Amino acid sequence: MRTLYDKLWEEHHVSQLDTGESLIYIDRHYLHEVTSPQAFEGLIKKNLKPWRLNANIATPDHNVPTIRGDDFGFNQIQDDIAKIQVVELDKNCNKFGIKQFDIKSSKQGIVHVIGPELGYTLPGMTIVCGDSHTSTHGALGCLAMGIGTSEVEHVLATQCLKVSKLKNMCVKFEGNPSENVTSKDIVLYLIGQIGTAGGTGYAIEFSGSYIDSISVESRMTICNMAIEAGAKVGLVAPDATTINYVRKNSMLSDEMLEEAIKYWEKLQTDDNAIFDKEMVIDVSQIKPQVTWGTSPEMVVNFDENIPTASQSSSDEQKNIILARKYMGIESEKKLSDLIFDKVFIGSCTNSRIEDLREAAEIVKGKTIAENILEAIVVPGSGLVKEQAEQEGLDKVFKDAGFIWRDPGCSMCLGMNPDQLKPYERCASTSNRNFEGRQGYLGRTHLMSPLMAAYTAINGTVGEPS
Amino acid sequence: MISNSEGLIIDGILAQIDRDNIDTDQIIPTEYLKSIKKFGFEDYLFDGWRYEDDGKLGVKKEERTINKNFILNNKPYDESKIILARENFGCGSSREHAVWALRDFGIKAVIACSFGDIFYNNCFKNGVLPIKLSKDIIQSLFEKASKSFIEISIDLHKKEISINDLEKISFEVEKHLLDRIIFGLDDVDITLQYKKEISNFENKRIQNRPWIFVND
Ligand code: SF4
Repeated sequence: MRTLYDKLWEEHHVSQLDTGESLIYIDRHYLHEVTSPQAFEGLIKKNLKPWRLNANIATPDHNVPTIRGDDFGFNQIQDDIAKIQVVELDKNCNKFGIKQFDIKSSKQGIVHVIGPELGYTLPGMTIVCGDSHTSTHGALGCLAMGIGTSEVEHVLATQCLKVSKLKNMCVKFEGNPSENVTSKDIVLYLIGQIGTAGGTGYAIEFSGSYIDSISVESRMTICNMAIEAGAKVGLVAPDATTINYVRKNSMLSDEMLEEAIKYWEKLQTDDNAIFDKEMVIDVSQIKPQVTWGTSPEMVVNFDENIPTASQSSSDEQKNIILARKYMGIESEKKLSDLIFDKVFIGSCTNSRIEDLREAAEIVKGKTIAENILEAIVVPGSGLVKEQAEQEGLDKVFKDAGFIWRDPGCSMCLGMNPDQLKPYERCASTSNRNFEGRQGYLGRTHLMSPLMAAYTAINGTVGEPS
Repeated sequence: MISNSEGLIIDGILAQIDRDNIDTDQIIPTEYLKSIKKFGFEDYLFDGWRYEDDGKLGVKKEERTINKNFILNNKPYDESKIILARENFGCGSSREHAVWALRDFGIKAVIACSFGDIFYNNCFKNGVLPIKLSKDIIQSLFEKASKSFIEISIDLHKKEISINDLEKISFEVEKHLLDRIIFGLDDVDITLQYKKEISNFENKRIQNRPWIFVND
């Protein structure tokens, strides 16, 4: 009896090494400008070429500006150092012949958004990228994980990853969520329950009636943040929803697609398979979640009191005091007491078309609150942007006072021009609220697109009626 | 890389950072990920805590406002080779720059209750040894370190930490990982010895799962 993870592992197992590790064959390798230059340098030094050229797909996303318009080339990047990385990616892709969706491409975007939507991510694949949010692709039933730069070089050179097997964990989400609760709230809730190390050493398979009921996009949000629960790998078994999604984006011939589907339909955990750890969560009890501190596990119901050091265990006291201090909430009781300065809707967690639709629904016909200095919407990819514009979502956002941007990681991390200024408080749909993540001394509160949109309109955290 | 002539001893002063969940964004903030080099990250280690101003890649330590309260800015800790922290050190982003920053500063080992998976793996590829110890031992080390500075000697061969030459604590780490630190092995070279296996596997896969290879 095997789990889905066991099956994917065995399917890709090339060789068992004397060291106890395994060589695992990698079907797809995504590259971006930040974690690849040193890997290419290593490859060149060793006089090697990519093992299987077309396994690799590249795009610049982390440090590209998101005000570009048409005809923007990398020469227009103002930050000289960031420019070097984008140019370097371009040079390396050209040198080796790697397919790149470059800064001018209409299909450029956040690597984890473009992979699935362009049909490069397929169920049953092993997928790696020098980025921890590679777990996102697990939503299509892939064994997908983030790797370091040395491993990027290793995968380029050998098409394999040298790894030890993870343990199996199963999280079953059952029931129907209440109104205003999205998959972002559900995954934040999970992280609040098990902590940011709760999944360390595990591949987490998400299942249950709630997972069955949601779209591939929503599943991606959950798998994306598996890493925030400590798990390198998040997984959802392929089902009819997955197959419909793949059909829509596939570049396979009909015949090949049907053959593949026959295989994908078998990619399930066996009925009696045993997980090393199992948990069941009733999603009907979950309220919209908002983080208050500097780790994704510091999360509460949006209307609940923020934890205080005096009411917490001695282990937690120091963390709470430090986080409250950094966040500038030393005396505040509730999240609704906080005045926000910025709103960011975007990132590989929540920048797909459904996320933008949800947010647009909230802001339609309204205007952002006076205290909001800037509210930006950054579609995850060129294709998402195009689709949103066809649906008129850009107009809805712009009419409400939002700024509509070009695709990229944007304010998810302070590597491009979109950054918080010191002490600014941001309602963000991204995945990390670490100190300084969105800019030096910036204060991040993670939440769903729906809650972020509402915060933009309301100026403070609350629940849309 | 390793101070002793036999290459099996790491010794130096322990610097304690009493926090859980020290993520890789704290070890090195995103600004410095713009570098395309693999070295030269020492001045940016723990940047947000080490300085009182916002840094930029290329701006030297001497031009910054130092946070005098941060342990690595004070003697003798400015020459520490070993860091002590609590739970989940190195969680978050996969950036190997975090390990490069530790390595470039001169850190050769990190002792903590637990580590982020990707960070843990990255350490061994860059000669930094992550050591997991129980919560109780970590607590007692913090108590000792708060009284006066601790000199540590780590014997990689015996897998033993000696504290101020008095107390000994043993630790566990998988042999193949430790070997990487001791011998500085390069994974690419090792894996390429399996070229034939990889090709055979790939050829079979092309037959059985052709849709993976449609772009080839
Ligand atoms: S959007 Fe944020 S989390 Fe996602 S890949 Fe970009 S920087 Fe990383």
